[in-house]
Amino acid sequence: MAVTTDTYSAPARSFSLPKIQTRHVVMVLYLAFMLIPIYWLFKMSLQTNREIMGDFTLWPHNPTLDNYRTILTDRSWYIGYINSITYVVMNTVLSLAVALPAAYAFSRYRFLGDKHLFFWLLTNRMAPPAVFALPFFQLYSSVGLFDTHIAVALAHTLFNVPLAVWILEGFMRGVPKEIDETAYIDGYSFPRFFVKIFMPLIASGIGVAAFFCFMFSWVELLLSRTLTAVNAQPITSIMTRTVGASGIDWGVLAAAGVLTIVPGALVIYFVRNYIAKGFALGRV
Amino acid sequence: MDKVQNNKAWFLVLPVLVLVAFSAVIPLMTVVNYSVQDTFGNNVFFWEGLGWFQEVLTSKQVHSAFGRQLMFSGIILAIQIPLGIAIALCMPKKGFWASVCLVLMALPLLVPWNVVGTIWQILGRADIGLLGYVLDALNINFNYSRNAIHAWIIVVTMDVWHWTSLVALLAYAGLQSIPQAYYQAAKIDQASRWKVFRYIELPKMQGVLLIAILLRFMDSFMIYTEPFVVTGGGPGTATSFLSIDLVKLALGQFDLGPAAAFSIMYFLVILLVSWVFYTVMTNLDKAEGR
Repeated sequence: MAVTTDTYSAPARSFSLPKIQTRHVVMVLYLAFMLIPIYWLFKMSLQTNREIMGDFTLWPHNPTLDNYRTILTDRSWYIGYINSITYVVMNTVLSLAVALPAAYAFSRYRFLGDKHLFFWLLTNRMAPPAVFALPFFQLYSSVGLFDTHIAVALAHTLFNVPLAVWILEGFMRGVPKEIDETAYIDGYSFPRFFVKIFMPLIASGIGVAAFFCFMFSWVELLLSRTLTAVNAQPITSIMTRTVGASGIDWGVLAAAGVLTIVPGALVIYFVRNYIAKGFALGRV
Repeated sequence: MDKVQNNKAWFLVLPVLVLVAFSAVIPLMTVVNYSVQDTFGNNVFFWEGLGWFQEVLTSKQVHSAFGRQLMFSGIILAIQIPLGIAIALCMPKKGFWASVCLVLMALPLLVPWNVVGTIWQILGRADIGLLGYVLDALNINFNYSRNAIHAWIIVVTMDVWHWTSLVALLAYAGLQSIPQAYYQAAKIDQASRWKVFRYIELPKMQGVLLIAILLRFMDSFMIYTEPFVVTGGGPGTATSFLSIDLVKLALGQFDLGPAAAFSIMYFLVILLVSWVFYTVMTNLDKAEGR
């Protein structure tokens, strides 16, 4: 019965226009709200400063890549990207390296103080960077690490290590414990089991954790700005200094902004199904 | 899953412990140290007791910053949570368009926070920004650097733009986990759309929504970069929230004592909310039988 009604109604539907539902309208409006500000930044990045300040236009009439050329050839600009990427990568590697064994311990074992430790990690993810800005400045100055990449990378572990531990723990719980036991019976040592068998099983989890460590370190401004002066200054900090100066070059500023969005936009497709899980500390 | 009692697991946690202790405990102890001492410079400190705490607790400036902070967090929760749920309900359930929506919605979440500020700072300007221009064309004299209410509007709109997708994505993940059988049962019962939402979807999303509320509360409670870039806390002190005030106090004026006392009380609030968060999370894990 059901089959016949389906085949019967199918041609009728294909001839009529697609039905416009409220939900589609809402969705389109919302996506427009999401994209227009980004489009505006992109539009400005393709314009010269004179065109931006001149007549109001909805799209660039004489699109130019000059702003991007400025950034990619002027060392004081592009060094910011190199600095940012340097400390972000250092931070991601460091966070994952320490978080992997810890997440395994939390997901597989009960041990003295495990719950308190897990909670304490969470409080660090929640800690406002503003509270830590001044003590970090003094701590890293006193050990001679001020204005180095490693200082920012270490400072960002404050919230990225807890994040990585929580996300990885969320993924590891999904792996049945029988796999561990079988491997031990087969004579695998713990390190070999962990690298050869366990890590491939949670590869997607490691990827997601790496993405989120990368992201949160990349978007952070307060700590990275406080801990750097010249040698390790991140791109985000270079941008804020430009804002507020007289005669801002809006086009270059917009181009710099667009270039900071690129790394996230490039990989977002691969983590699309895990975005919610990552932002919710692996708990969805 | 049943976990094995094994205290040797401590060795696996040790690296994390050492690293986070270095980047969290040492700085926090510095803060505690400063909060009970005073100095005339040259690294000479003397005992101050609870003086700074009294000063901060009775400070009008801190009170009003705290009030503004609560109002801001309240407003953005009141907007973002319902809006996020509505968007999640409108999203395509699967297929190509679901992926497109997911990717496009997540874009604002990945924009560096000061770039978010820059985007909205530009967008709100009447001369070069779309929003400011349109409002100007409608004969509304929109100026967020002069008018406190306009400054609030732009900061709130910015935060809605930046973070609503997080709520929507979480709610969407919650919706995805509802088995089809529930909807079929509702259909047989001829339940209205509202009843389906009220008695099936909302209860099933409860856990995820709690996480969304707590995350949004925490992150809005420590917001710094975005309003700092757009309004710099102004006009006057209209949009200077707790973090902005604290950074001004600590790094701008180098008032170590009050800043430290301020930090500790700020942190206690965070600790309290984190504990609620943790309890919710663990109860949720238990409910899922894991």
